[in-house]
Amino acid sequence: MEIVGKIHSIESFGTVDGPGIRFVTFMQGCPLRCAYCHNPDTWDIQAQTKYEYTPSQLFDEAMRYKNFIKSGGVTLTGGEPLMQPDFVREYFRLCQEAGVHTALDTAGSVITEKTLSVLDYTNLVLLDIKALDAGLCKKVSGSNGQATFRFLDELQSRNIPTWIRHVVVPTLTDNDTSIKSLIEYLKPYNVVEKIEWLPYHTLGVFKYKELGIPYPLEGIEPLDKKRIEEIKKMQQFINRE
Amino acid sequence: MKFNSDNWKGFKGDVWRDEINVRDFIQTNYTPYDGDESFLVPSSEKTHKVWNKLTEMFKVERERGVYDAETKLPQTITTYGPGYIDKDNEVVVGLQTDAPLKRGIFPKGGIRMVENSLNAYGYELDPMTKEIFTKYRKTHNEGVFSAYTEEMLEARRSAIITGLPDAYGRGRIIGDYRRVALYGTEVLIAEKKHFQKRLDIQEITEETIRSREEVTEQIKALKDFEKMCAGYGFDVTRPAKDAREAVQFVYLAYLAAVKDQDGAAMSIGRTATFLDIYIEKDIREGKLTEEEAQELVDQMIIKLRIVRFLRTPEYNDLFSGDPVWVTESLGGMGIDGRTLVTKTCYRYLHTLYNLGPAPEPNLTVLWAEKLPENWKKYCAKVSIDTSAIQYENDDLMRVEYGDDYGIACCVSPMKIGKQMQYFGARANLAKCLLYAINGGRDEISGVQVAPRFAPITSEYLDYEEVMQKYSQMMRWLAKVYINALKIIHYMHDKYAYEAFEMSLHDGRVERIRATGIAGLSIVADSLAAIRDCKVKVIRDERGLAVGFEREGDYVPFGNNCDSTDKIAVDITERFMEYLRQHETYRNATPTQSILTITSNVVYGKKTGSTPDGRKGGTPFAPGANPMNGRDIKGAVAALASVAKLPFQHAHDGISYTFAISPAALGKENETRVNNLVGLLDGYFTPTGGQHLNVNVFDADLLIDAMEHPEKYPQLTIRVSGYAVNFVKLTKEQQLDVISRTINQSM
Repeated sequence: MEIVGKIHSIESFGTVDGPGIRFVTFMQGCPLRCAYCHNPDTWDIQAQTKYEYTPSQLFDEAMRYKNFIKSGGVTLTGGEPLMQPDFVREYFRLCQEAGVHTALDTAGSVITEKTLSVLDYTNLVLLDIKALDAGLCKKVSGSNGQATFRFLDELQSRNIPTWIRHVVVPTLTDNDTSIKSLIEYLKPYNVVEKIEWLPYHTLGVFKYKELGIPYPLEGIEPLDKKRIEEIKKMQQFINRE
Repeated sequence: MKFNSDNWKGFKGDVWRDEINVRDFIQTNYTPYDGDESFLVPSSEKTHKVWNKLTEMFKVERERGVYDAETKLPQTITTYGPGYIDKDNEVVVGLQTDAPLKRGIFPKGGIRMVENSLNAYGYELDPMTKEIFTKYRKTHNEGVFSAYTEEMLEARRSAIITGLPDAYGRGRIIGDYRRVALYGTEVLIAEKKHFQKRLDIQEITEETIRSREEVTEQIKALKDFEKMCAGYGFDVTRPAKDAREAVQFVYLAYLAAVKDQDGAAMSIGRTATFLDIYIEKDIREGKLTEEEAQELVDQMIIKLRIVRFLRTPEYNDLFSGDPVWVTESLGGMGIDGRTLVTKTCYRYLHTLYNLGPAPEPNLTVLWAEKLPENWKKYCAKVSIDTSAIQYENDDLMRVEYGDDYGIACCVSPMKIGKQMQYFGARANLAKCLLYAINGGRDEISGVQVAPRFAPITSEYLDYEEVMQKYSQMMRWLAKVYINALKIIHYMHDKYAYEAFEMSLHDGRVERIRATGIAGLSIVADSLAAIRDCKVKVIRDERGLAVGFEREGDYVPFGNNCDSTDKIAVDITERFMEYLRQHETYRNATPTQSILTITSNVVYGKKTGSTPDGRKGGTPFAPGANPMNGRDIKGAVAALASVAKLPFQHAHDGISYTFAISPAALGKENETRVNNLVGLLDGYFTPTGGQHLNVNVFDADLLIDAMEHPEKYPQLTIRVSGYAVNFVKLTKEQQLDVISRTINQSM
């Protein structure tokens, strides 16, 4: 049977999910329930989606933008793309064969033989680490996050370039101690090319209203962007040690 | 050699010494530059003084609308003696009138407009001037209205055709101002006389009579120009002897054009690489420093920033914010494969830092795949910092226009000195669709504007029936539109001929008849809706379709969906074909543009609800843009849709305006520059899009500027085809721009 991917939406001008201009596809379905998630409409894998494409259909769609993405590439995000590993693997295979750079934006929260085989055709992983501490991670995402770290080990052993992403949420993940320990933890992983500190924002709150879900972080203000600069300094300091 | 001058010592090449051929002079003498911007220097003390003085005057101008205006003397090349801003500090001189920011009057175009514009700002037209232009001298405007048909008047009133140059100067003609610097007027006059001699044939025709008269007018204008320049102490009868004179002469020639005409768009052409030859030669010979070179460029740009025309409030609604379209085309590639980017192209863009951002001159980068990487990055950086420049596809246009064309107005390519155009504003294709449904009656006024074609009477719209009636209505519209333009240009040539600008063209000039369309994305979406959904017509008591109800969904234009985009392509081609069916005035070649300028707001106001779901009165998308908010697959998909529009059926240009917040362009500055370069490279392939306006700012900034205009006197944004001071837009236009800004991606 042919693989069909459930796709939430498409962004033809992705500029923040990997290097260069990227054709970004948001996959439907996610096992996590992050408190700050700005795409809660991608959670339910059973939901009716706007697009249902086979890998080669999505590849054809991406190729219509080849002039634009030649110095960038394609990115799969979501949702959690690893919930549809067969689709991801085949799509990435087609892209790589055509010389297109592939990036996977994931929390590494589903680990099976199948999900790991996706990495055979992945040029870059954007790995979303919710929190280092299992308790905090559970509070943030509903999962203890141990899969993410196993996934990181796999990336290290396969030598796949990785950008870490970490959302800094006031009162939740925004404290020096946990940020420092995350930086320390990542230090030995030489596949990690950079850490993107993402300031918590409230741009997705309206979706909760639309979906009729209570917003878990009601009342928490967006993170002051200056704080990100402080964190970057802290990171430089630790990495120089 | 046919021509010779001591001032040409050190220049290479022969062809340009035998005939008027600026392109050959450029090709044989210019120095391509592929380095970066690190050589650029800040503006001089003198430049600061001149600019600061003007900055104070701009405040007054913003408050009053105009700084000062003439009330008596009609403007000509020689009406005023020399004028200055700050004589001791001006290294490039010449003002339109006798004082900076004082606006002259051009009653030859129409006395009523002069009177209305003066009244709008609290001035009174001198009664004698009024009498002369009412009693003794007919005007262009009067000429046009004495010949318009009933049908044309109705079409104009109902705004199915809008912005016709029947009440203002048509503009869009670019004199080759470089010719003055390279050859001097003595050679130019001799060549004109030579050409006129050849216009003496057996059977004299009306066209020959007219041409002979026109050449005489041109020669007279060149002589007036000599006098004007002598007043400033310059002898322009011979070629410029150095960079100072070259810059000064090119500017003086442009100045004479804006003294002679108040055309809607008064573009300057492609001067930077030409002037670079003189500047680099003087630098090489130790006669000029980089500081002095930048000073010359800065001060010329200052002058181009203060060109002013007096306009009526109705004109301002269509073309907001005092645009002059001093369009300068920068860079591009030569047909021999060398880049035409020179250091002076950088110096021009650098004025946006030295003097701060400004809408004029309308700096237009001719983009090509093989442009030097450094230049591409610098342009992207300037866009991100200032939002003041636009881009056009050199790889697309060079094929037909060669490598010495310039952009007239917003998006119209013209071979400099070889082509002129008869500007024709635009027809409203969205309203035309409603006329097809309503049997030629206007959906707002109820007036029978078009012939009584049978209206559609069914409850639900049938695609085939709509298409058939729409084609019929487009054919009618093309007819009335083209005929109106014939009258307009006949009268413009007769009563307000651009003698000076035309003196800087070849004798045998190619004429282009430029028409335009508005509302293309609405039409494409409406037809897609009719084809792919069920669209029910809501009729009022007059039996006119005033609303539509849709069951089901369609994919709008702007999502790179071939089946919808194809409609936009077909309509463009079809309307162009209908236009081509008509004979043209003076054998001009027909073209059309997909461009609205800021009139998308006015068009929206005057057009009822459309089958795509747009409510009556809401703005159109500007130019060829997809309708606001309907392009849900991101900017690149929208660009891909627009790039499909056929340039061969829209040679006058296809305008796309793009606004994005810095965060949505990338996280760091370097990434943003690279992404913008990638976007431009992706769009401007040899078969790609033609034009792109790039705006980079946060919507929050614009909202703040709307509330506190005094804090943002220089905030510049790109609208369809030109740049404008944001604070000078009407409130409706400001809201329209804000609603179209792409914010941080989620």
